[in-house]
Amino acid sequence: MKKDILKHKLVPEHAILSKTEANKVIKQLNIHQEQLPKIKVDDPVVKEIDAKSGDILKITRRSHTAGKFITYRLVL
Amino acid sequence: MDIKKVTSVVKKKKADFPESLIHEIAEASERHNLKVKELESLVDEIKKAYERAGVENGEAVGTVAAQSVGEPGTQMTMRTFHYAGVAELNVTLGLPRLIEIVDARKKISTPTMAIYFEEGYGNDEEFVRKIANQIGKIVLNDILKDFHVNYAEMNMSVEIDEEKVEDKRLELDVILAKIEKAFKRVEINNNLLSFEPTISESKHAIRELRLLADKVRDLQISGVKNIGKVVISKEELEWVIHTEGSNLGAVLKMEGVDKTRTTTNDIHEIEKVLGIEAARNAIIHEAQSTMEEQGLTVDVRHIMLVADMMTSDGSVKSIGRHGISGEKASVLARASFEETGKHLLRASIRGEIDHLTGIIENIIIGQPIPLGTGSVGVIMKSRD
Repeated sequence: MKKDILKHKLVPEHAILSKTEANKVIKQLNIHQEQLPKIKVDDPVVKEIDAKSGDILKITRRSHTAGKFITYRLVL
Repeated sequence: MDIKKVTSVVKKKKADFPESLIHEIAEASERHNLKVKELESLVDEIKKAYERAGVENGEAVGTVAAQSVGEPGTQMTMRTFHYAGVAELNVTLGLPRLIEIVDARKKISTPTMAIYFEEGYGNDEEFVRKIANQIGKIVLNDILKDFHVNYAEMNMSVEIDEEKVEDKRLELDVILAKIEKAFKRVEINNNLLSFEPTISESKHAIRELRLLADKVRDLQISGVKNIGKVVISKEELEWVIHTEGSNLGAVLKMEGVDKTRTTTNDIHEIEKVLGIEAARNAIIHEAQSTMEEQGLTVDVRHIMLVADMMTSDGSVKSIGRHGISGEKASVLARASFEETGKHLLRASIRGEIDHLTGIIENIIIGQPIPLGTGSVGVIMKSRD
């Protein structure tokens, strides 16, 4: 039986950003992409959504304080 | 007053509010029946307060987090043996548990799982008991009626209790197949078994027989790897299984198990099965519930900062010598923490350069620290 980890309540929503979106985010945050938090290529979620090394993932967390919080991780 | 309207007002006022704040404003404006004008001035006021409450640039949030977790930590009971939630299961709590979390231990002292079931299965006690027996460790000894070692004839006879087999929702055929696979010299006659040790001519025949007896009794006939005892309990109208030991990957694959709520307290296992973001959530949840269980409240933001630091490079790393503090860029900062000699020696061999950008190294050499007002400098604009 396939385990659907993306639906687990501990796993927030991960989305792969397109090149243009990624550039926009990097510009907006005024940083290099190496300064983002990282996520490994062999992370179960990365494998599940089929992200490649060098992609930037947009992560929409459910936050205790802010309700919804958007953050980014760079796939190593 | 709906959320959309509040969102548009907030946008018009150029305020960058989080979702929860917008919800709160919408709720309040509905309760007090605010007009658009009133809502606008409310948002203005909130914007002022919100911006005032924000953390200043250059604020030492890490130090504040350390103090905020550390101070209540001193109030914690040093040793807590406690039965959490369900009886019979022992779970590490209090300071030992908190240390385990921030140290990111690979082997935690009491791994445990909470297994929930999908709708339709959660109320089916029969189904839950069956699953519990598939998950929990059952050895042959648990289902025996009679166990007799015959030293004269150098064999032993075993009788399986069919009632117990029934009670544990197991199947005799499956058990017998397992026994046949595990032992070479065994005769099976329905539920009566007779074993013989392999080396009968040796001097240590009696010892062999005894060893065999232990082996027979300890033969595992059911259960998931790494999971020991299971406890079934009813929580708010549904059946939940709590386990001693943990194996999230295997349990999530089982039919009927709720794949969204079933969890473990082993953070490394969560990282392996559900990924780094889930591990971050688990750290926050575990640390906060450990504090709360002791009657201490720490603002989540401090714990979130700790969890962010621990997961920022894609894998869970500890705070301390082998983790965050051990990876600081500055030699002087590392040397001032632990293992001073080692760091200074290695730095001198490699010819490391300290750029003096952090707090500790500047305190050591007696310069103003880059913190608060010290974190800004003056840059001259060139004429052209």
